Amino acid sequence: MSEFGLFNYWVVMLLMMIGFYIVIAQGNLVKKLIGLTLFQTSVFIMYISLGKIEGATAPILIEGVTLYSNPLPHVLILTAIVVGIATTALGLALVVRIKESYGTVEEDEIHAKDESC
Amino acid sequence: MNMETVINMVLLSLLVVTAIAIVRIKDLFAAAMLAGIYGLLSASFFVMMDAVDVAFTEASVGAGISTLLMLTTLAMTGRFEKISGNYRPRLALVLVALTGALLIYGTLDMPAFGTAAAPVHEHVAPRYLNDSYAEIGIPNAVTSVLASYRGFDTFGEVVVIFTAGIGVLALLMRAEKPTPRTQTPTASMHEHMVLRIVAKMLIPLILLFGLYVQFHGEYGPGGGFQAGVIFASAFFLYSMLFGLSEARKVVNHVVVQILAALGVLLYGSVGIVSLMNGKNFLDYSALSADAVHGQHLGILAIELGVGITVTTVMIIIFFAFSGRNQIEGEKD
Repeated sequence: MSEFGLFNYWVVMLLMMIGFYIVIAQGNLVKKLIGLTLFQTSVFIMYISLGKIEGATAPILIEGVTLYSNPLPHVLILTAIVVGIATTALGLALVVRIKESYGTVEEDEIHAKDESC
Repeated sequence: MNMETVINMVLLSLLVVTAIAIVRIKDLFAAAMLAGIYGLLSASFFVMMDAVDVAFTEASVGAGISTLLMLTTLAMTGRFEKISGNYRPRLALVLVALTGALLIYGTLDMPAFGTAAAPVHEHVAPRYLNDSYAEIGIPNAVTSVLASYRGFDTFGEVVVIFTAGIGVLALLMRAEKPTPRTQTPTASMHEHMVLRIVAKMLIPLILLFGLYVQFHGEYGPGGGFQAGVIFASAFFLYSMLFGLSEARKVVNHVVVQILAALGVLLYGSVGIVSLMNGKNFLDYSALSADAVHGQHLGILAIELGVGITVTTVMIIIFFAFSGRNQIEGEKD
């Protein structure tokens, strides 16, 4: 894959920036959380790409195989995914509460309500 | 250019296309579904990258539970995004382009993808791959690192998951009484006989598969995190088909909350036991006279703790969301 040596990382940066754009440029809180998920997954892709070795196999040790991909990024990301869903759930719970108190999940309407108080 | 490169590039391009579609679409229901597709695509990509354990987790979390929670939230917050806000997308675009350009500039001196001599492979990874079989005695290096070498780290992650579960409960729990439950909440599903019968047959299989993933994690891809998510999804399926009040009869809320805490406690106690025996915190060789045997015992115990906590926290989160939804529905 040498002819596309950095392709993976560039795609990661692109995905990360798309997620970032959703977070800063769109007002709906649920959409922002989806953007944050995109951002998060792009980081996962980056770590996992770093751990890959050309021609290697999954790090489950068996006879006769000498080249394995790096298990360390896998461990870090595996736990990060489950922690990620737990924190996203917390974020969504906050959105639900905001909806109940303000009657909207649009950022500008929430600001307007805050100022009129 | 070999086949693997082609698949790799196709998957990555599909990810980009999906992400752009998510930006442009105003229907949040579709955005949530696209996010699910995004999760599934990244899981396929992880398989290509030899990260089978990670792919497993991402497939069940990114494509499954995450989408489910988004949809439950949307049922309460409304399906469509407001079309015009007074945001300045051009300014945001400039900022994003600038940051992206800097980040890409940063990648330029990174070692090319897939090189075996990259610095990331030269630190602790060789030790894990060369010595873990002799020291821990299990073939899945990911499980060895997760549960034993970096057991303290994983303990922290489990506590974070537990804390997030408590947070969701604190935010969304309401006194249980205002639901008279006169109507069956998912009456529409009750009429789908095919769905009901197929699901009834699937649920025991899902539970069995969850147990397999839990206890086979040392030998193949799997472990407490994946098993927890899979196990919980069987309960989600049940409550989606038979209604929340039926599901609450099966899963006692108090018991689930106690179990979530017990999982963390089990993990922590293993650490304390090894401390008491004069070894380091979470050094499982203290658990048995034979060090490798002790490692086996320790990993089984803490993976069980992880599995219990992840399952119960996912159930708590799901019930908190859909319980809220039900009350909401009655108010309107």
